[in-house]
Amino acid sequence: MQSILDCNHIHYSYHTLQGETPALCDIRVCVDEGEFVSIVGPSGCGKSTLLSLLCGLIAPESGTIRFKGSPLTEQSRRHIGYMLQHDHLFEWRSIRKNVLLGLEIQKKISEQTLLEADHLLKLYGLYRFKDARPSQLSGGMRQRAALIRTLLLHPDLLLLDEPFSALDYQTRLKVSDDIGSIIRNSGKTAILVTHDLSEAVSLGDRVIVLSPLPAGIQNIISTKFPKELSPLQRRNTDAFKDYFNQIWKELNPNEP
Amino acid sequence: MSHNPISAAQAAYLTSCRFRQRRIRLYRILILIVFLVLWESGARLGWIDDFIFSSPSKLFACFSRMTAEHALFFHIGVTLFETLASFFLVMAGSVLVTILLWYSKSLTETLDPYLVVLNSLPKSALAPLLIVWLGANYTTIILTGVSVAIFGTILNLYTGFSEVDEEKIKLIQTLGGSKNQALFKVILPANRANLIGLMKSNIGLCLVGVIIGEFIASKCGLGYLIIYGSQVFKLDWVILSIFILCIIAVGLYGCIRLLEKKCIPQK
Repeated sequence: MQSILDCNHIHYSYHTLQGETPALCDIRVCVDEGEFVSIVGPSGCGKSTLLSLLCGLIAPESGTIRFKGSPLTEQSRRHIGYMLQHDHLFEWRSIRKNVLLGLEIQKKISEQTLLEADHLLKLYGLYRFKDARPSQLSGGMRQRAALIRTLLLHPDLLLLDEPFSALDYQTRLKVSDDIGSIIRNSGKTAILVTHDLSEAVSLGDRVIVLSPLPAGIQNIISTKFPKELSPLQRRNTDAFKDYFNQIWKELNPNEP
Repeated sequence: MSHNPISAAQAAYLTSCRFRQRRIRLYRILILIVFLVLWESGARLGWIDDFIFSSPSKLFACFSRMTAEHALFFHIGVTLFETLASFFLVMAGSVLVTILLWYSKSLTETLDPYLVVLNSLPKSALAPLLIVWLGANYTTIILTGVSVAIFGTILNLYTGFSEVDEEKIKLIQTLGGSKNQALFKVILPANRANLIGLMKSNIGLCLVGVIIGEFIASKCGLGYLIIYGSQVFKLDWVILSIFILCIIAVGLYGCIRLLEKKCIPQK
């Protein structure tokens, strides 16, 4: 299998007048085409920073990031989709207009993309609400609209920055199952950053465990579930508990 | 949003709301009538001196006389034109400057103390200087109006721009957008309500600035009528001009309210 993303020896520090805080230290990750990778780590360990680096919003201090074999450029960045923690749907736009935002920015609005947008809105049960304002939708629906906004740009790689953390627990289970299945069925490559261990295990083919600041890679755990299981079904298997406990111990080495 | 037939309780509630609104409108009109009646009868019965306090009937007579003999509508038109001109200059100028400031953080930090000083300076102190520099003409008066409102507007607008959620700008970046696109897709639309609010306060401020300008240097406009009237002791002129200023202020504010209703969707 060809690797879509290749990071080598990435270092990154934050600089303030008070001093320097190393955030990431010697990160090496290789993500294969079609793979779903979860990244977990203690809170504030630079997980979001890692995603910002991976999609080229900030540049590493040293080390290289190669996307499909070549360094990140303005152009190649457009093939990376990023889902933020909050949906950030704009209240001054209707749902349909919100979903079209990415296409508008990349000047890709055409009859065909508009049809596709409507198709996705129908597929994810939002078509009825296409003229509604974001505040009229539930948290789960809003997050689905945000996903459509990202998917319409046909990203080869999806970066998910705790996209479910703003939802209440029940919605969160449903939406992560929903969105996890959508991504898996469309065969996209995805990297999910989360602090929720069960989310990481239920969605990921591999779980990368980061160490506390400055974050380095502590361990990489490959999960092996039968292909046909949805994220929610994975949660009911015995293997799920074992992986969960294994990662728990990685993150809390001093507890029994 | 529901289309069901409304219940009796809901109907009663709606009726009570309607009644309340009608009552408030009635009170408002009553206050005006009582005020005018008291004023008029006070002047006629000799409670107040109608030479210095005037009276509604004298004002009305004064109004028709001035329209005929002293081109009152010309003066109103001049003041209105100057106010609108300075208002549009303030809005356009402050939006442009704020956009520049938003593009460059260094520029903002450099200019910050100057903006603060210019904003807190009493602008009426500038008016005499402007007259010497530019002469007693429309430009001076319009610029006086501009100077009263523009610095505060820039500071306010900049705060509005910088309070927009950073993550929303990050979203534009992750979608491959430039800083220009962040400006047009996020910053400006997010500040719509803020802009309308500033328009509301600026239309009043510009009127104040224009009147100050007309007080000091002008041969026409309502400010000129007020100053001239007080100098020759024609207090009818002064009071009538003030009355007309009230109506202009309310009218301009009303126009912006209409704009607000058009631009900002009501919930």
